[in-house]
Amino acid sequence: MKQKKIFHSNWITVLLLVIGVIFLGLGIWREEYAVVMSKAINICLECIGIG
Amino acid sequence: MDNQVKKSERFRHIFQVLWAVITNSYLIGFVRGKIYQGKIKNICVPGMNCYSCPGAVAACPIGALQATIGSYEYKFAFYVAGFMILVGTFMGRFVCGWLCPFGLIQDLLNKIPLPSKLKIRTFKGDRQLRWLKYGILLVFVILLPLYITDMIGQGYPWFCKLICPVGTLEGGIPLVLLNDAMRATVGWLYAWKNVILIVTILVSILIYRPFCKYICPLGAIYSLFNPVSILRYRVDSEKCVNCGACAKACKMGCDPIKNANSLECIRCGKCKNICPTHAIEYCAFSKSMKKKDNSRVSQE
Repeated sequence: MKQKKIFHSNWITVLLLVIGVIFLGLGIWREEYAVVMSKAINICLECIGIG
Repeated sequence: MDNQVKKSERFRHIFQVLWAVITNSYLIGFVRGKIYQGKIKNICVPGMNCYSCPGAVAACPIGALQATIGSYEYKFAFYVAGFMILVGTFMGRFVCGWLCPFGLIQDLLNKIPLPSKLKIRTFKGDRQLRWLKYGILLVFVILLPLYITDMIGQGYPWFCKLICPVGTLEGGIPLVLLNDAMRATVGWLYAWKNVILIVTILVSILIYRPFCKYICPLGAIYSLFNPVSILRYRVDSEKCVNCGACAKACKMGCDPIKNANSLECIRCGKCKNICPTHAIEYCAFSKSMKKKDNSRVSQE
C-alpha cells in the first residue's frame, strides 16, 4: 500500500516537471519574459509604495 | 545534540546570507539610488526579492506573475507559472527556509531575546489564519490584477501595491532615502506600506515568520508542492521513538511524525537535526539521500 502511494506521488512529481517545462517553453515562445523584463528594469512605483 | 542543531542552524543562516548577497549583488545601486537594468532581470529568483531593490539582479516571481496576468497582451502567465512549478516540484518550501531574503530577515528578528512568555508559539486561531495566504494569493495576486484594469486592459500589482512589506523594505526605503525626486512624491500609500512593514517587523520578534505563515502568496504556491516535491522529508518509523522532540523544535508548528511534508514545513532542517535517533532524513523521489540500506519501510 505504502509502495503504491510512493509510486503515485513520484508519478505526480514527474508529471509536474513535464508541465513546468511545457509552461516555461510556452512562456518563452510567447515572449512573456519581455513583460517581466520591462516591469523589472523600471522602478515599480506600486511595489515601493509611491504609485 | 544541541551543538549539532546550532551548527546546522548557523550553516543555514550563512547560506541564506550568501544567497541574499548573490541575488542583490548590484551594490552600486545602493550608492546611486538606481536599480539594475541588465538582461538577467527577465529571470525570476525563487524567493521574495523585490525587483525594485537597488541591489536586485533578477525579478521577483510574485511581481512578475502579477505583471504578466495584468498585462493586456497575455492574461495567463505561462512563463512565471512554469518557473514556479519547476522550482516547487524540485524543492517545495525549501525555498522559504533557505533561499528567501525576507525569510532570513524574519529569522533574525525572531532571535531578538525577549522574556519567554512574550514569545508566542501558537495562539487561538493560528491554524485557521494560515489559510489567509491562500486567500491573498487568489484575490490580490490573481483576481484583482486580472479583472480590475484600466482603459487599455492593464491591471495593477495589487499585492505589491497594498500589502507587500518586502518592496517597502528592499525598494521603498532605500530608494526614497537616496533619490530626491522619489522623496518628493511620497504620500499616504507610502505611509500605509511603512505601517505594514513596522507591524511585520514587530510581530516577527514575537512570532516566528508571521509573514511566511499568514501572508506570503509565494509560500502559499510552494506549499502546494511540498507533498510531491523531489526533495522531501521521510521519517523512518522503525527508528522513531515518538519522543516528540521534532514537533517541539518546529517553529512553524509542524509535527513531522504526523506529516513529514506538511504544507507549512519550510525544510529548515531543525527537526532532522534534533532527532535523537536520526529518524528524519532528506530524500529525493522517496529514496534516501544517504548511502545506506533502504529496505526498511518508512513513513511518508
